[in-house]
Amino acid sequence: MASSSLRVSNLCKRYGDFVALAPTSLDVAKGEFLTLLGPSGSGKTTLLSLIAGLAHPDEGRILIDDADVTHSPAYARDIGVVFQNYALFPHMTVEENIAFPLKMRKMADAEARKLTAEALETVRLPHVARRYPRELSGGQQQRIALARCIVYRPAIILMDEPLGALDKKLRDQMQLEIKRIHRELRTTIVYVTHDQEEAMTMSDRICLMNAGAIEQLGTPEDLYFRPRSVFVADFLGESNLLSATVRDVDTEGLDIVLADHEAQLRAVGNGSAFTAGEPIKVMVRPQNLVVEDAAAGRGRLTGRLTDVMISGSLTRLYIAPEAAGMAPLVAAYPTRSSAAPYEIGQLVSLGWNAADAVAIRDAKGA
Amino acid sequence: MAKLRAWQQAPLLNWAAMGAPLVLLLVFFLVYPVGQLLLLSIHNDRGFTLAQYRQLFASSVYLDVLLITLKISLVTTLVCVVAGYPIAYLISMVGKERKATLLFWVLLSFWTSFLVRAFAWIVLLGRNGVVNKLLLSLGIVSAPVDLLYSFGSVLIGMVNALLPLAVLTMLSVMENIDRNLPRAAATLGAGPGMAFWKIYFPLSLPGVAAAGIMVFVTAIGFFIVPALLGGRRETMITQLIIDQVQQTMNWGFAGAISVLLLAVVLIVFTVYDRLLGLSTMTGAATAVRAKLSRRSGLFARIGDAVLTLLGAISDRIIGLLPSRRDRGPDTPGLGLQGFVWIMLTVISAPTLLMIPLSFGTGGLNWPPQGFTLHWYQEVLQSPVWTQAVIRSLLVGLGTGALAMLIGTPAAFLLVRSNIPAKGAWLAFILSPIVAPRMIIAVGLFYVFARIGLVGSAFGLILGHTVVAVPYVVMTMMAVLRNYDTRLDHAAQSLGARPFATLRHITFPILGAGMMSSFLFAFATSFDELTIALFATGGLNATLPKQFWDEVTLQVSPVIAAVSTCLFIFMGILIFVAERLRRRVAAR
Ligand SMILES: Nc1ncnc2c1ncn2[C@@H]1O[C@H](COP(=O)(O)OP(=O)(O)OP(=O)(O)O)[C@@H](O)[C@H]1O
Ligand SMILES: [Mg+2]
Repeated sequence: MASSSLRVSNLCKRYGDFVALAPTSLDVAKGEFLTLLGPSGSGKTTLLSLIAGLAHPDEGRILIDDADVTHSPAYARDIGVVFQNYALFPHMTVEENIAFPLKMRKMADAEARKLTAEALETVRLPHVARRYPRELSGGQQQRIALARCIVYRPAIILMDEPLGALDKKLRDQMQLEIKRIHRELRTTIVYVTHDQEEAMTMSDRICLMNAGAIEQLGTPEDLYFRPRSVFVADFLGESNLLSATVRDVDTEGLDIVLADHEAQLRAVGNGSAFTAGEPIKVMVRPQNLVVEDAAAGRGRLTGRLTDVMISGSLTRLYIAPEAAGMAPLVAAYPTRSSAAPYEIGQLVSLGWNAADAVAIRDAKGA
Repeated sequence: MAKLRAWQQAPLLNWAAMGAPLVLLLVFFLVYPVGQLLLLSIHNDRGFTLAQYRQLFASSVYLDVLLITLKISLVTTLVCVVAGYPIAYLISMVGKERKATLLFWVLLSFWTSFLVRAFAWIVLLGRNGVVNKLLLSLGIVSAPVDLLYSFGSVLIGMVNALLPLAVLTMLSVMENIDRNLPRAAATLGAGPGMAFWKIYFPLSLPGVAAAGIMVFVTAIGFFIVPALLGGRRETMITQLIIDQVQQTMNWGFAGAISVLLLAVVLIVFTVYDRLLGLSTMTGAATAVRAKLSRRSGLFARIGDAVLTLLGAISDRIIGLLPSRRDRGPDTPGLGLQGFVWIMLTVISAPTLLMIPLSFGTGGLNWPPQGFTLHWYQEVLQSPVWTQAVIRSLLVGLGTGALAMLIGTPAAFLLVRSNIPAKGAWLAFILSPIVAPRMIIAVGLFYVFARIGLVGSAFGLILGHTVVAVPYVVMTMMAVLRNYDTRLDHAAQSLGARPFATLRHITFPILGAGMMSSFLFAFATSFDELTIALFATGGLNATLPKQFWDEVTLQVSPVIAAVSTCLFIFMGILIFVAERLRRRVAAR
């Protein structure tokens, strides 16, 4: 019932020469909702199975409520896992599957039946209790896997893309359901998803992984507004990245110069230490890029409009900068009923607030 | 989990513990005996000698026998593959229910003892048998003709014996052919004939090749059928080995003949490997295609042209037939179904026809007369027969248990670990299947005689385990491959301890597969004659040995009664095994 804190220190897993997880340290507070985000093959499932005790680390330690569980078996950890591939037992009915962990905990039958029914209710599938897993759709199987995990209220729940197979609407419902469970039980949850939006809306903190290592760990706002690396800026939402050089660093921010430009601009830091003369990237989110008619001429850059795309609530403008060698930029603003005031091929000027320009250390340039 | 850690830390130790029993078994009871036998052929009291081989090639007698053996085996293989293909094809095409029925008859025939089937043909083809009576009543002949003891009767017996093997081997490949491929071809504009010959047939070729070599290698080591249904001119090479061992105890010469037999088998395998690649034996379809596509140029173009031609001709013929709009595109034609049922009848009928004879008072003459349980009483009251039954059950159960005990860990090792040279290990483990059984049997007899294991149930169990264990390893490997280890992980994360995981998850899911692999080993032993031929006798004879001794002495209704019992016993066993298998497949 209770929730636990989780600490992982210098955890490392290799398959032969291949490093699936480089030494990784991570703290998850009691009742926290932490999301692991990252491209396919970045080591999310590996990290989860190490925590759950389903694989053994080559190095490092795992602590639950400050007790070292690195070598304790999976069944003794009181961790619930919702598997990426569901892992429902094919020879048991849905009901039996859900009751299994209760049976393993020697719960009385009547009590177990009651909890099972409740869990089925929670995932909105009370009518499939008597069916076998093969008689369910992929999405239904996924929800049963979820029910089987929450039914025994483990202190920590690990979920590996639990909503991957669901349609948008069901997904939204289940997200709310999981949030509700999290709120009510105050369970510690480590959640894996590919869906950035899901990660942003549900998590207390996000841990972005790349190639078997943590790229950045922080609140959704941290990652979105102050990405530590170009990778993070790129992975989370859209971004425009401009090459620049640091002129000066002060307490408020940095003085920078865009490549091929003379004028000195301001940017805010992302927490990294910068030195004068260092080549950097400056990130401006599309919605912070202000597009005006070139005639107004207040912008910092000029470019030609190459494309306008309306995708639902957002309208995107694609702009090729005048300066040679600069990557195309994208600006976005809420779609309004009136047609876009710009024509393709038109010369526009681009501007942004200094507070919206974030300096990022350029791994390649450094 | 502690175990898992140990596993990772000391894989070598674990590999050894899991694989050693099987390796030791094969080294002591396969490699060593066979090696001894081969050594004996070039070694006598005075040291190295080639005398045996000089005798072997001195006259044309033995070479003639070899040629006859090759001829019979080759024709048998051809007939089995050609006749078996449509059967396997139909079984792979029809729906679940019909498939179960068809498969039951193939399996029943497969598991009915070679002895029982050969004996049935003696009765059927005899001067007073069904066939002669039928020919007489139809007025085709005026007096009974001699159908037995000829090339024809041997061929019939051999085909009956090996057709089920051919069908099952081809079926295992055909079942893995994606049924959508011919359909896709149809949407691309190929007629049914073209779709079959250009798409389905090439994909099924690995099965044909595997069936061909399995049948050929088994046929070449056969002695039951030629001994019971053939005359002097149909003597096969293994019969010579039996004569040498049983009549003259001439180990050296038996060894020399064994070398000859082994050489032929090796040549066949080498040729097969050159043409198709040995990996196709396990039905790896990609291998054969890779091998075939490498021999590009003329060979491939001719093959392609022939298939295109066959496709075009078939489509032309199909076009001439009345429209088939009343049935779906996948429904097999009536001609095919008719052929398959006729073949299944031919291979099952002899055994079935023997059942009424076993209750008759008129001996083995057709039609059966009267009704009596006399023959069954005779069997039950004869200690030789009842002892034999008990002996066979004992040895069968022992073999099943030992083969499971030794084979299952090895299968785990081959599927779950990354031991080096897996292919070579697998080939070693499967070698008892492809090595001629007679050579293993004679080698074992020689070694057992030295250590006093002849006639003991334990020795027989060891010998039978050697030939049964490859099947156990193969079925258990298939079972384990299909098993998702993540289910074990899930159970553990849900709080199940290792033992509870085994009890509630692993065993219920694997159990049926383990049971059927046990039954396979049991049935292999229960029906085994070659090893039992030398290693047992008199009161400690097994059932097949007792059957063999009786049937070579005289053909009596008592044997029909025993055959009927065996047939029914096997029928029940297959039924149970199939039920288990389907319970697994249903998941
Ligand atoms: N048993 C194994 N043997 C060898 N390599 C493995 C094994 N399991 C995982 N890997 C490798 O480790 C890396 C990390 O795998 P992991 O399953 O953790 O990725 P993931 O982040 O969960 O990806 P996805 O989002 O696609 O699920 C991958 O490159 C994978 O190929
Ligand atoms: Mg994963």
